[in-house]
Amino acid sequence: MTVTSGPGFSLMMENIGLAAMLETPCVIVNVQRGGPSTGLPTLPGQADMMQARWGSHGDYEIIAVSPNSPQECFEMVIKAANLSEKYRVPVLVMTDECVGHMTEKVIIPEADQIELYPRRYTKLPPDQYLPFKAGKDLVPEMVKAGDGYKIHVTGLTHDEKGYPVMSWEVQEKLVRRLVEKIRSHADELEDIEETQMEDAEVVIFSYGISSRVCIPALQKARGEGIKVGLLRPIICWPFPEKKIKELSSKVKAFVVVEMNYGQLFYEVERCVAGKTKTLLVPHGGGWVHDPENIYNAIKEAVK
Amino acid sequence: MKATVTAQPAEVTEHPMEALLRMDRIPHIWCPTCGIGTALTAFAEALKKIDYPLEKVCVVSGIGCTGRVAGYIKLDSFHSTHGRAIPFATGLKLANPELKVVVFSGDGDLAGIGGNHLIHAARRNMDIAVFCVNNFIYAMTGGQVAATTPLTATTSTTPYGNFEQPFNLPHLAASCGAVYVARWTALHVRRLARSMAEAMNKKGFSFVEIVCPCSTIYARRNKLGTGLDLMKFYHDNSVIKHGADTRELDIEYQKKIIVGKFIDRERPTFLDAYNDWLKKRLKDKFVAYGGPQC
Repeated sequence: MTVTSGPGFSLMMENIGLAAMLETPCVIVNVQRGGPSTGLPTLPGQADMMQARWGSHGDYEIIAVSPNSPQECFEMVIKAANLSEKYRVPVLVMTDECVGHMTEKVIIPEADQIELYPRRYTKLPPDQYLPFKAGKDLVPEMVKAGDGYKIHVTGLTHDEKGYPVMSWEVQEKLVRRLVEKIRSHADELEDIEETQMEDAEVVIFSYGISSRVCIPALQKARGEGIKVGLLRPIICWPFPEKKIKELSSKVKAFVVVEMNYGQLFYEVERCVAGKTKTLLVPHGGGWVHDPENIYNAIKEAVK
Repeated sequence: MKATVTAQPAEVTEHPMEALLRMDRIPHIWCPTCGIGTALTAFAEALKKIDYPLEKVCVVSGIGCTGRVAGYIKLDSFHSTHGRAIPFATGLKLANPELKVVVFSGDGDLAGIGGNHLIHAARRNMDIAVFCVNNFIYAMTGGQVAATTPLTATTSTTPYGNFEQPFNLPHLAASCGAVYVARWTALHVRRLARSMAEAMNKKGFSFVEIVCPCSTIYARRNKLGTGLDLMKFYHDNSVIKHGADTRELDIEYQKKIIVGKFIDRERPTFLDAYNDWLKKRLKDKFVAYGGPQC
């Protein structure tokens, strides 16, 4: 596990690609600041969400979680570690400066109450083991260096043996698996918190600190009889497509509140595919949204 | 009657390096007369002389021509990202201190893009052995000037000759704190193998520079002939000087190359220092880290 904020995330992108390629379980925390470049050290931002998804070159999938409280940071880092072991994939904890510096009560359970996903070591002997051969769940089993398996691991496109092969067939098989091992588990990776969504006609879509700033706007609009709810993805990548697609034929509008000029907003638009209205409440970072702006967007949405 | 001698093929025996090479990956990608294969052969020889069981030896490479070594050696072997072999090796070593971790990579990888990692691993006395093939150029990417290119040598990015002062690698490693520092050329195969074995048996940060011919890129651009001509050059111009002052080990363009073992000293490793210090500060509260070696 390693922790950074913005520039460090950019600097080490190449190695996130290596971790994706080698299928190395790891957790990377990015406490987002305003950017680009050095930007706003120790002031909030949420503008690295697309970088988290696409930052290293090539095609791959990662998992990203976005906690919005200290308690959830505690829980999500454990969950991130577990998911990284289960899927052998880098898991990114995409929080922001506000949540990062926030002081709130955190309940820490006894160590034996914390569920940990054990690393998946192979039971096969060295002569039968192939380091990148996966079963039905598309996730290969691991070995430890020094146990006599004499494995080879490379960032080059490789076959099941782990040996480099420069061919489109091997590339196709490998990259498809790296992508599919996450995409085919998208349903079980859905983690969404719903607030007053039962009768909602307007859906606020927001995560991290921004989701908390939406609450006063939601309450004010509810006070005026507007049926508005909040959808908060706790796992942002893979994107909760299914949920957004389901809702897009039922609701009047999505109001996306994020501290950037449109990142997950474009994912919402993609899933909505013109079936309903989408509004973005953007923010350049450095401070949280004014709830009044969110309220105004809700009013605009129900017009 | 003339006796006919039918050459009976000797019984097919295993190639002496077969147990240590991934034979299913041979032929390798290196050019004819490249020195990396020779350095790898010396490494295979050295592995026979070390105190560690081979299943505990790991090889980490970065990117570049020498970066491909990890792909041919039949040990747990890791081909990482450009310049990052040393941090990868550091992680491997700290995660399992029982392992003997060897970094085998090139000058561009270790002293150029990865220079920062090199100096800090030496400073910390991380317990790894670093074997650095120096062919004076970024060969795989087309012959750009490197941090080791001798002054005046021609490269694809210095068509009028190099004007940047190159690194003196043994001096760099030694002044940053390496406990074992040697330099050989691809000609000195036995001495090189012995040095590699010593470096691996040494506890702490060991560094061996291996000056190697690159006939396709470096020699061709500088009209120095073939790899064989460069071997002849090493033969005529290498001076063995054990214990030489590392400040005097600069390599000038087509001048003498001082080789030998320059440094062999003791210093607490990163993990020893960590354990000793925290034991002093925390006393009984501290549980030493490091597996059976501690």
